[in-house]
Amino acid sequence: MLAAIFSRLLRMVVVMFGISVITFLIFFATPSSDPAARIAGKNAAQETIEAVRKDFGLDRPLYVQYGLMMKRLFVTRDLTSFANRGQQIVPAVAAAAPATLSLVSGAAVLWMLGGILTGIAAAAWRGRWPDKLLMGISMMAVAMPVFWVGEMVNLITQNRLHDTWAFAWVPALGYTPFSEDPGLWFRSMVFPWLTLAFLYIGLYGRMLRTGIIETYQEDFIRTARAKGLTGRKVLLKHATRSAIIPIVIMFGMDFGVLVGGAAVLTEVVFGINGVGRLTYQALKVLDLPMIMATVLYASFFVVIANAVVDLLCLLIDPRMRRA
Amino acid sequence: MGAPSEHETTLSPADPSAGEQGWSRRGPWRRVLQGLLASPTAVISAALLALIVAATLLAPVYAKHVAGTDPFRSGLSAKIRIDGKPVPVMQQSTEGLGLGVTPIGPTWGPQYLLGADGQGRDVAARLLYGGQNSLLIAGAATILCLVIAAIVGIAAGYLGGAVDGVLSNLIDMIWAFPVYLLAISLSIVMIGKSYAFGPFEISSGSLIVPILIIGLVYVPYVARPIRGRVLALNQSEFVMAARGLGIRPGRILWRHILPNVSTTLIVFAPMLMALNIVTESSLSFLSVGVQPPNASWGTILQDGQTLLYSRPMVSLAPGLAIMVTVLLLNLFGDVLRDVLDPKSARGR
Repeated sequence: MLAAIFSRLLRMVVVMFGISVITFLIFFATPSSDPAARIAGKNAAQETIEAVRKDFGLDRPLYVQYGLMMKRLFVTRDLTSFANRGQQIVPAVAAAAPATLSLVSGAAVLWMLGGILTGIAAAAWRGRWPDKLLMGISMMAVAMPVFWVGEMVNLITQNRLHDTWAFAWVPALGYTPFSEDPGLWFRSMVFPWLTLAFLYIGLYGRMLRTGIIETYQEDFIRTARAKGLTGRKVLLKHATRSAIIPIVIMFGMDFGVLVGGAAVLTEVVFGINGVGRLTYQALKVLDLPMIMATVLYASFFVVIANAVVDLLCLLIDPRMRRA
Repeated sequence: MGAPSEHETTLSPADPSAGEQGWSRRGPWRRVLQGLLASPTAVISAALLALIVAATLLAPVYAKHVAGTDPFRSGLSAKIRIDGKPVPVMQQSTEGLGLGVTPIGPTWGPQYLLGADGQGRDVAARLLYGGQNSLLIAGAATILCLVIAAIVGIAAGYLGGAVDGVLSNLIDMIWAFPVYLLAISLSIVMIGKSYAFGPFEISSGSLIVPILIIGLVYVPYVARPIRGRVLALNQSEFVMAARGLGIRPGRILWRHILPNVSTTLIVFAPMLMALNIVTESSLSFLSVGVQPPNASWGTILQDGQTLLYSRPMVSLAPGLAIMVTVLLLNLFGDVLRDVLDPKSARGR
C-alpha cells in the first residue's frame, strides 16, 4: 500500500517535470521566431527586447533558460510581465483563482447531481420516453459550444427580458467576490453555473446510463435479483454503485482541468475575472510569460487532481494496489 | 479478451466470391454497411450531413448568384433594394445618441438573408464559406489525429519496452494539459508566422496551422485506447498462434493487428470530428483559430460577439449550424459504434 502510494506520487512528480519541459519548449524553442521579441509583447521597442533577452537569459543555453524560468515561477515568484508593464505574474494568478474556483465548484455540484439523476432516471426508464427525452437533451448539451450557450443565456437574461420580473434579479455580467456580498455573488453565478454544468450533465448522464445498463449484465446483479431484492434496490444499491466509479474518476479529471483554466470560455462570456479570463487577456496582448504561467498552473492542477483521484481509488479498491 | 476477433474468424460460406478457403476479406465491412443501412438514424443523419457538406460546397454559387455579394470584402457603404427602395446595409443607429451604425438585420430575402455582420458582410454567405473551413479543418484534423494516434498507440503497444515507456509517459503528460490551453499555447507561437519545411511552405493565416493544432491535442485520447487494444491483441490466441507459426512481426502487424485496430479508429472518427468542430469554433472564438479574413463558424461567432444584443442572428446562425452538425455526427457515431462493436456499448 505504502509502496503504491509512493510510486504514484513519484509518477506525479515525473509528469510535472515533463510538463514543465514541454511547456517551456513550446514557448522558448519553437523555430522561426525570436522568443525575446515574443515575450516583449506586440510592437516592443528594441531596448525592451534587449532587456528581455538579458532578463530571461535568452543568450544562454536552453537548460539555463529553463532553470531560470522555473526558479522565477516557483522559488522567487517574481516573474514579471513585459506586455503589461511590471505586472507580477504569480500574484495575478493567485488573485484570479478564487473566481474560477467558485465558478467551477458551483457548477460541479450541479453537474454531479444532475448527471447522476439523469443517468439513473434514463437507465430506469430505458427505452421509454423519459429515457429518450433525457438522452436527447444530453446529446444537445454535448453538441453546443459552451460559450455559445453562454451567449444565448445572456441574450435571454441580459437583453429585453432583463427588465421583466423573470430576470430582473440577475445582476449585470461580472464577478463579485463572496466576501464582498454573498447574495450578489450567488445571483451573479447562477447562470454561469448552469451554463457550465449543462454540458457536463449531458456527458455524465450518458456515461452513467451506459454504465448502469452494462452492469445489469453482470453476475452479481443476477444474484441480487435472485435473492428477491426489489428492482429499485438492485438499481440504486448495486448497479449504480458499481457504475459510478468511472464517473468519479472522470470527475476528478474534469474538475482539475476546469479549475486549471479550461473554463476560459465560460469566464470570457460571463465576464468572470478568473484564471481563464486572465489567460484570454494575456492572449490579446501576447503576454507570453503570463500564458506560460497559467498553462503550467493549469496542468499542474490537473496532475495533482489525477493523483488525488488515483490515491482515493487505492483506498476504495484493493485490487488497484497491486498495479 | 479471450475471444478471437471476428475479422479473423469470419467464415462466409454464403459468399461465393470469398477466397479459396472461405476466408472473406470483405465480409465484416459489408456487414457494417448493412448494419448502418438498417438503422434509420444512421441513414438520415448521414444524408443530412451530406446535405450540409453539399450546401457549404455550393457557397460560391450562393454568394455569386443568390446573394450577389463578396462575403470577404467589407460592405460598409453598400446599399441593397428592399421593396424597390434602396436601404443601406449599415443603418444609422436609432438608440442612444443616434451615433454609429448597426448592420442590417435578417431580410429573409435573397440578399442579406441573415443580415450583415459588423463589416457589412453577408452573414448567410459567410456561414456557407465558414462551414467549408470548419468542416475541412475538423475533417483533416480528425484524419491527422487518427493517423498519429494509430502510429503512437501501435508502436507503444506492439514494441513495448523502452519505446512504450517513452511514448506512454509522453501521452500521460500531454493528457494532463487542458486541451484548450495546449491549443492556445501552440497557436500563439504558430499563428501569424510563416514556416518553411523544405519544399513546403506554410503561410501565416493558413488553415494548416489550426488543423495541426486541433489534430495534435486529441492524440492522447485516441492513442491510449489503441495501445490498450494492441496489448490485448498481443496476448490473443490468434496472434500467439501466428507468432508460433513463425510469421514475421511485420506481417503480424499488417495482417492481424492493424485490421483489428482499424475498427477502434473508425469508431472514434465521427466523435472526434464532432469534437474538432466544437474545438475549432472555440479556438476561433478566442482568436487563436482561423485567422481573418478567412471565415469559419467560430470566426463568425467571434464577429457576432459584439453584436450579440443588437443583431443576435450573427451569433445564432453559426451556433445552430455547429449544434446540428455535431448532433448529426454524434448520432451517426453512436450507430456506427454499436454496429462495429456490438458487445460494448461504451465509447471513449
